[in-house]
Formats: sequence, structure tokens, C-alpha cells
Amino acid sequence: MLVRATIVKLTKEEVEHVAWLARLELTDEEKERLTGHLNQIMAHFEKLQELDTADVEPTSHSIPVQNVFREDVVGPCLPIEDVLSAAPETADDCFVVPQVVEM
Amino acid sequence: MALVALTAHELCSMLKARQVSCLEVTQAVLERISAVDGEVRAYVTVTADQALETARAVDEQIARGDEPGPLTGIPVAVKDNMCTQGILTTCSSRILYNFVPPYDATVVERLAKAGSVMVGKTNLDEFAMGSSTENSGLFTTHNPWNLTRVPGGSSGGSAAAVAADEAIVALGSDTGGSIRQPASFCGVVGLKPTYGRVSRYGLVAFASSLDQIGPITKDVTDAALLLQAIAGKDPLDSTSVDVPVPDYLSSLQNDVKGLRIGVPKEFFAQGVQPEIADAVWKSIELLGSLGADYREIPMPIMEYTLPTYYILAPAEASSNLARYDGVRYGLRSKHSPDVVTMLVKTRGEGFGAEVKQRIMIGTYALSAGYYDAYYLKAQKVRTLVRQAYDEAFKEFDVLISPTSPTVAFGIGERVDDPFQMKLADVCTIPVNLAGIPAISLTCGFHDGLPIGMQIMGKPFDEEALLRVAYTFEQNTDYRKRKPAL
Repeated sequence: MLVRATIVKLTKEEVEHVAWLARLELTDEEKERLTGHLNQIMAHFEKLQELDTADVEPTSHSIPVQNVFREDVVGPCLPIEDVLSAAPETADDCFVVPQVVEM
Repeated sequence: MALVALTAHELCSMLKARQVSCLEVTQAVLERISAVDGEVRAYVTVTADQALETARAVDEQIARGDEPGPLTGIPVAVKDNMCTQGILTTCSSRILYNFVPPYDATVVERLAKAGSVMVGKTNLDEFAMGSSTENSGLFTTHNPWNLTRVPGGSSGGSAAAVAADEAIVALGSDTGGSIRQPASFCGVVGLKPTYGRVSRYGLVAFASSLDQIGPITKDVTDAALLLQAIAGKDPLDSTSVDVPVPDYLSSLQNDVKGLRIGVPKEFFAQGVQPEIADAVWKSIELLGSLGADYREIPMPIMEYTLPTYYILAPAEASSNLARYDGVRYGLRSKHSPDVVTMLVKTRGEGFGAEVKQRIMIGTYALSAGYYDAYYLKAQKVRTLVRQAYDEAFKEFDVLISPTSPTVAFGIGERVDDPFQMKLADVCTIPVNLAGIPAISLTCGFHDGLPIGMQIMGKPFDEEALLRVAYTFEQNTDYRKRKPAL
């Protein structure tokens, strides 16, 4: 079976939806520019539909590596203070984020 | 000749013979950086104090008579997307403007063990997404051959540093051509190893099924030397492969007799400047006159590699870059009243235009309803690309093409045309999709700018690339030309 991509022309609203999925705040100017650029780039993707790939297996990695195991032993770990050293805010050996739960 | 103009293997012999000290070499490189980096702008961070300290320690080791490592005393530059313990690692992004990693990437650790001296971290297109360093969130690097031109990208800082003698050797990373294309633009040697040959532990991830670290050097011998130091299985990277690492220096033979070269004609279409096609063909003919057999072959699937790459790489990137959330490292927006606002504002403020565009493409390609048409389709085409290479390598030992369709273009020339910019990688992208190794080296000049030739090989056969590249280098003079800075 040949999967046909219906060429969807992305609207500004769809761009806003995708930006939300990606948790990305965009300015109005960025939304306008991205809508244009994305449509331009997506148009090039349509070329792939020329190829019949019905009987082709997908490749996720060029080198087939599976089930890489190691012995379940504790190795060297970073000290907590090192792990926290690059965080914007920390307290009591934890990362601090804005309040999540209603008090 | 000035110390900074020498190669690693030349300096190694001098250091071993005690004709020069590591401190002298390191100081010479740091002085060179002070003299020219104001114009070239290759470095994000210069680690002068640590470098001098390491150099003194290395000299003490040499004086004690310790067995020197293979890169003892050699000043090296590292692309700023590889983690360096205690040293700023920005990926040239505002979102990591203050990130100081608590650990070293495996390659950084291996270079230190081999005795090298890190002199600094080099500029790149933000998160390695780009072909010119113009997408750097910090500044644009300039091409040492002509300061109005780009150095290529994304490892433009590393390539410019080596070309301008601001480092003896450097590390780059290559997802779609980011080692080879800047090496080509800057007239140096760039080697992308087989996927899995070099550990990616500590390399900030862009597209994990395509990323690979490799050397950028002044000549082929140095590329072999550097690859030797970084290659091999690493328990910390489960995609590094346990294939024995050969002695790469023994592949440096001036001999291509009986070698079979395939020339895929599609690599000479798609906007390749005639002067570049000419230079690459003349080089192939030269290898022919030295005893290699060559023949043109069709590889029609190559026409489909650019759209395939621009689905797969952004899809993987959109997932990898989800980790920049303002919690564990890097930027957090000042306007973070709640967690969701913190996320969207931090990412909106921290990422540059190109990174946002790729996150958007990737998120869209992976979203419900479009997965089969875009992502799965691209993965299937990827299989066809690999099969085409496997077929070709039944008949040929290596394949040769231009590295990039043009010489270095002007700064600002292509920023408004997203697809034109991406064409710079049309010859290098197929190699990453297939996971095979390839090397770029200078094979001519046009308008005073270097032309790069790409030699592609079978998986884990970096030896064939090194042998062909070395033979070419020994029988030509391009390597001896230097930019007038």
C-alpha cells in the first residue's frame, strides 16, 4: 500500500498548535515567518511520495545494535552537589521548580 | 616554519626529541589565538590558564622520562557541544549560556589520556544545526581564507581554528556534514567515522541516530592519529560498537594500485559548481594514473536524501531538545510563575530561530496523523539509501564525490532561504543516513577558496579512506597552501 500524504497547507493556527505540543512560546512575527518556512520545507518532503516503499523495512539506526546489557553493579556516580551545580535553583539536595500542587 | 603551522605528528617527534617543550608549543598557539581570533572568531572559550598548567605538567612528565602518549603535548580545540568538566559548554546557545558540565565527554577524557592539551572550545551553529555558524546564538565565525565568507558549519569554529593555526588539531561532530563541509570550506582534513566507531557520551545530542564525533586536522596523518586516540567501544555509550580498532597509522600508504573507485554521478548534479566538478574529476583521474580503477555509477536514490534527512534529523532533535526545560541546567526564564509558563518561556527565550524551526518540523512530523506519511516514510527511504551503498560497495572499495556543491559562500548570502542553505549539505547527508565513514580533503582552489573532495567507505573501513586520502595528499601540493591572515 502506498501511503499518500495529503499536502496540508499549514495555517497559523496549526503552527500555534505544534508550538504548544513542543512547549515553545513564539512571538507573532515568529509565527508568521515559521508558517511560511514550514510550508516551503514541507513541500520538498512530498518528493518522497514518488518512491514505492510498501515492501521496505524502516531503519532507525544504521548499525543494528540491540539489547546492550551490563552487569547490574553500582559504578561510580556523580556527587549530588555536582549534579545540582548547574541548576538555576536548588534547595535541600533538590531541584527547585515553581509550585506544582495547589496548597 | 612557525611552531603553530606544524602538524601534530611533526610536533610529536620534536617533543620526543626534546627540540621543543610543550609549554613553548602551547604558548605559541595561545599567542596565535590572541593575534588572529579577533578577526576569525573561532573560539567561544579559550582555556589559557588550564592549558598552560597542563603543558607544564606534560613537560615534567617528559623530563621524568615517562612514556609519552600518542598526542603528548599537542594543543587541541574542542567543539563547544562536547562536555568539559568545569569548563563552560554552551552549544553556542542562549539556553546553555552558563552551563558548566560536571563531567567530561569520553572523547575529551581520551584526548587528555593521550597527553593532549586542550586550548579552548569552538563556535558552532546553535546545537550543531546549520552549515555556516551563522546560526550560532553567540557570533559568526569567519573563514580564514576570506573573512567575508562563512567557514561552513556546524563545526565552523573547529575548522577555522585549525586552518588559521589557532589549534594544531580539533574535534568536530557531524550529523549531516558538520565535520566535512566546514573542513572543505576551510581547506583542512575532516573525517566522519562510521556510526558507532567513536563514543558519543558527553556529546550534546542533536539527532542521535546520525551524530558522530571525528577529527579536523591539517593533514591525513593527523586525522589517523586523532582517530586512533578517540575510537573504540565505550560502556557509557551503548551505540558505540565493539569492533576492534585497527592501527590507523599503518593505513597511511602511498599506494592505490588496484583500488576500485566508484563515482556516483548524482553527487555531481544538484547545483555543483563546474569548477568543483572539474577539480574532483581531475583528482579522480590522478588517482587513476597512480593505478586505481574508477568508473561512474548511478545512485538515483541520492535525489531523495535531502528531504529524508530533513524529516529524520528534526524529529530526533525535537525529542532530544525536550530536556531544555529550565530545571536542571541552563537558562530559566525570569517569568516563571508556574511550571508550564516556565517551560514555554524558557524555551521561547533560549532557542534561536533555526532551532525553533527544526523543533517545529520534528514535532509536526511525529504528531498524530502525520507519523506514517513523514517519519516512517523517511525511515524506509533511509533503508533504500543504505541498500544503495551496500550494492555499490560490492563493486567498489571507496566512492568519491565533491564534499559540498560550492566553495565557501558569503556571510549573510543564504540566511533568508532555508532550502538554499541546506543544499550545502546535499553531498554529505547521504553518508550519515547510511552510517558509513567519509573523509574530506582539499583537491583544488576556486576564487582563492579551497575545494573539498569527499571519499566514502564501507562501515568500519576508515583504513581505505585514510589510504586513498594519504596517497592523494602525497601526490599533490594543496595541503601546503595556507590562508594569508
